[in-house]
Amino acid sequence: MNDENRSPADAAADAADTSPSSAGRYIGAPFRRVDGRAKVTGDTRFADDLVFPRMVFVKLVRSTVPHARVGAIDFSAAREVPGYLGHLVGDDLPIPFGILPVSQDEHALALDKVRFVGDPVAAVAATTEDAATEAALAVGVEYEQLATIASLEEALATPEPRIHELERSEGNVHKAVSYRFGDLEAGLAEADLFLDDLFYYEGNTHLAMEQHACVAVPEDDDRVTLYSSTQTPHYVHRALTRVLGLPASRIRVVATSNGGGFGGKSDPFSHEMVAAKMALVLGRPVKVVLTREEVFYCHRGRHPVLMSQRTGFTKDGRITAQHLKTVLDGGAYGSYGVASTYYTGALQTVTYKLPRYAFDGVRTFTNKPPCGPKRGHGTPQPRFAWEVQLDKAAHRLGIDPAELRLRNLEEPDAVTANYLQLGTIGLRRCIEAVVEGSGWRERYGKLPEGRGLGLACGSYLCGAGLPIYWNHMPHSGVQLQLDRSGGVAVFCGETEIGQGSDSVLAALVADVLGIELGDIRLCVADTDLTPVDLGSYSSRVTLMMGNAAIQAAERARELVAQAAGDALEVPVSRLVFADRRVFDAETPADGMTFQEAVILAEARFGTLGTTGSYTPSRNPARYRGSGVGSSPTYSYSAAVLEVEVDPLTGLYRPAHVWIAHDIGRSLNPVLVMGQVEGSVYMGLGEAMMEEQVFRRLPPSRSSALVHKMPSLLEYKSPTFHDMPPVTTYLIEDPDPAGPMGAKEVGQGPLLPIMPALSNAIFDAVGARVDQVPIHPHMVLKALSAKDRRYGPRAFPEVDFGPPLHVPTPAEGGDGRAIDDPRHRRTHGIRSADGTMTTREEALRAQHAAGLTTG
Amino acid sequence: MSRAVTATLRVNGEERTVAFPGHHTLLEVLREECALTGTKHGCELGECGACTVLVDGRPVLSCLTLACQHEGREIETVEGLADGNRLGPLQVAFADLGAAQCGYCTPGILMAAEAMLREQPRPSRERIAEQLSGNLCRCTGYLKIVEAVEWAAAVRRGEDAGPPPEILFGHPEPGRPGGDAPGRRPSETASSNT
Ligand code: FES
Ligand code: FES
Repeated sequence: MNDENRSPADAAADAADTSPSSAGRYIGAPFRRVDGRAKVTGDTRFADDLVFPRMVFVKLVRSTVPHARVGAIDFSAAREVPGYLGHLVGDDLPIPFGILPVSQDEHALALDKVRFVGDPVAAVAATTEDAATEAALAVGVEYEQLATIASLEEALATPEPRIHELERSEGNVHKAVSYRFGDLEAGLAEADLFLDDLFYYEGNTHLAMEQHACVAVPEDDDRVTLYSSTQTPHYVHRALTRVLGLPASRIRVVATSNGGGFGGKSDPFSHEMVAAKMALVLGRPVKVVLTREEVFYCHRGRHPVLMSQRTGFTKDGRITAQHLKTVLDGGAYGSYGVASTYYTGALQTVTYKLPRYAFDGVRTFTNKPPCGPKRGHGTPQPRFAWEVQLDKAAHRLGIDPAELRLRNLEEPDAVTANYLQLGTIGLRRCIEAVVEGSGWRERYGKLPEGRGLGLACGSYLCGAGLPIYWNHMPHSGVQLQLDRSGGVAVFCGETEIGQGSDSVLAALVADVLGIELGDIRLCVADTDLTPVDLGSYSSRVTLMMGNAAIQAAERARELVAQAAGDALEVPVSRLVFADRRVFDAETPADGMTFQEAVILAEARFGTLGTTGSYTPSRNPARYRGSGVGSSPTYSYSAAVLEVEVDPLTGLYRPAHVWIAHDIGRSLNPVLVMGQVEGSVYMGLGEAMMEEQVFRRLPPSRSSALVHKMPSLLEYKSPTFHDMPPVTTYLIEDPDPAGPMGAKEVGQGPLLPIMPALSNAIFDAVGARVDQVPIHPHMVLKALSAKDRRYGPRAFPEVDFGPPLHVPTPAEGGDGRAIDDPRHRRTHGIRSADGTMTTREEALRAQHAAGLTTG
Repeated sequence: MSRAVTATLRVNGEERTVAFPGHHTLLEVLREECALTGTKHGCELGECGACTVLVDGRPVLSCLTLACQHEGREIETVEGLADGNRLGPLQVAFADLGAAQCGYCTPGILMAAEAMLREQPRPSRERIAEQLSGNLCRCTGYLKIVEAVEWAAAVRRGEDAGPPPEILFGHPEPGRPGGDAPGRRPSETASSNT
């Protein structure tokens, strides 16, 4: 748990404390990342850089049609290819898998049906990659085509054919949720201004530069090691265990350094299952490297979402209530989609006081690559709606948009209407920084025609409060081994995807023990050797791994201090760990080297090892589905974007971005800056150009639904030329929940960018684009439209199911839904032995009902 | 399948004779036959720049050119940038400024930047963007890369002033005299641990 989460400085300041203290040199300094050298010499070994003796290659045969029953598969021509070694089909790996326990809907290779162009059907192994490719192309597959579902509208309107035969939902609806937090109608009745807007956010993809790859190596009789470019080795381990039918102890998953992830490598994938199986069949190492086209088919990117948002405001700008409805286009499989659906509603409440809130969400299946978690997971879409609508409200009310937000700021440590427990909130300082920095007060609304400023904010989790599968174990574990060399080996399941998690881990341990980064040896992301960390998703690593690392290091410091204190005849509380020494705070010359102290400790206690772990504390919500959105604390960001728009062509160019991020504390400011700038960049890509879109072939060619642009050239993303100057402010206000006060930075700063662009275009030319990405023709159309707006014009009839009514904290609610039949039942049996049993039951039922996080 | 060919390639100043299928690209032969896996691939279609190497001093997309055409040429890859165990100025700058996050695009960008700095010791920002515009990076937002190239250029010219503090720490928070963040130690710049 998190009870020892005090910084060494705090510990030193506490005179009554019996702990030793530390003075580290890394935390807060822009030290070079521990893997920095390897990344500039070419030494970092990504999955495709691994080579093993006798290694062979596998290629997947992927569906060429979007929706079909799979008939006969003919390998006769493939067998003739020189180098052919064998193949696998669906029946060889019949057990389904999926990242969420409630969505075990994928097969390594199609069993009976394919559901999108690119769905894996078969796999062929050969001695070289060329031969495997040739053999895969030679495989003949018969398809009996089915009608295809192209969009969320079609999915809602077309119950048959069903893409998945789910018991809990109908037609092509995957998941529907509906909540009423408080008395919505009362809230809307208080409103003087009432806005009702439709928004659309197109899907887009991660486009990590590294294509997914893995190598499976058979060991002994029935063991296999999988090296894979995955963000979640622990979850891949679980999926492999299930699909291969082997005990978990016989499977080892090692995550190689990811060449970028952004959420795209967080699912267990078909190629990982196939490589492991083929390695066990052939008894040889097997490598699979996806082509860029295949990476587009793996996808799991941003869901296209259609949104309807009604919000009430009083004359003086107070928000009275909001009703948000979202419809998600999920693509062909579940992936994280149940969690994504909740996330399109969960975080609307954490930035501004929203006393009453209603949320309805539905996810549909379509015959397209599955959507999943991309940076911001399900929250950038409603955040876009929220921040653009606030801008509209500000104009209608005659209140400055920055001022409107400041008036409504949520309070630190508040519990929101949907029962999220907030922590510190640096949003006021963020807004003030970008307002000041951009000259907002002097320039907003006053720039010449064609030039404008837009402001928007955002907030994100610092780690999902619940794990993906129900359990009571820690979310992150760290193990230290100290030895007579004076070096410290650090074991942790965390996964480096470029964000710098290795560096955070090493620096925290080094600073608590007062040693140097060079003294630290890392062993990470290896399910055989390292304690579990759930993975690099939901911005959880710094906070969760960081707290576990501090706990393990403080425990090690304690052992070493006892031995050193006795030898020096100094009370432990007076000892300082710094500069690779252990010494008396009162007479610093009296001391010894860290190595000497470790030798004394090893002599006294035997082999030295400590552990640390982190489990988030419980959130106050008790209603079904409340796990999504809860987090130990939240980061905040604000951005002002300046744009130049040509009203004749609709072409525009972002001229400058000012962004402030509430980081709690920068563990390494240069790495934090990198995450902020990278988020701004990725947000601009989404706002301006990135979209994963599809088109139908003409009826003469089967009306099939095909991917419009599965290549880097066609999928437009920003280049060096597209990146405007960015002014970054790191707002520091240490959060007690974070390691040494730190919060997340990997995802939050992306959120304000898309709405800031739309708002800036309005300031520049007075036209609204309620849609992302914003193409120049949309600006033009908005300029000539009667209502000066471009965006969706209709919202389909949707059955979101019966809503759960949850009274808010202000209404005296206790976090439960009043009309959840299960709660009535548990009320009935609840008596003397009390609330714990009830809570356990409720939570277990909640889990069974599909509560998941991502 | 094409027949194997043999070629003697000169890579990073070292000659080696390798046999490979005649249709294999320089990228494939460097990574597979020469075991120089520092050169990366993101598309193998000439769209991302990750595979950039230098041929006779000019940046070339190694995924678009056949290995057998490179006998007698001077090929340079990221493995050749360091001087023995000492990193070159571009490498130091990329490592210290966080211009390499996941590091996957980095070898290609380093090679494209290296070619430019040899000819242009003082490139403008526009020139840097132009030179690197064929290289995609999904992590950094490009800004740290441009700053690293500028800093490395200054070091090569012998005028190392160190990177400006806002590159390492962000801009001071406006309107706050104590805008200096806690933990900020201007004395300890990134270059202190090169
Ligand atoms: S791999 Fe050569 S340009 Fe992408
Ligand atoms: S550092 Fe990851 S793609 Fe550039």
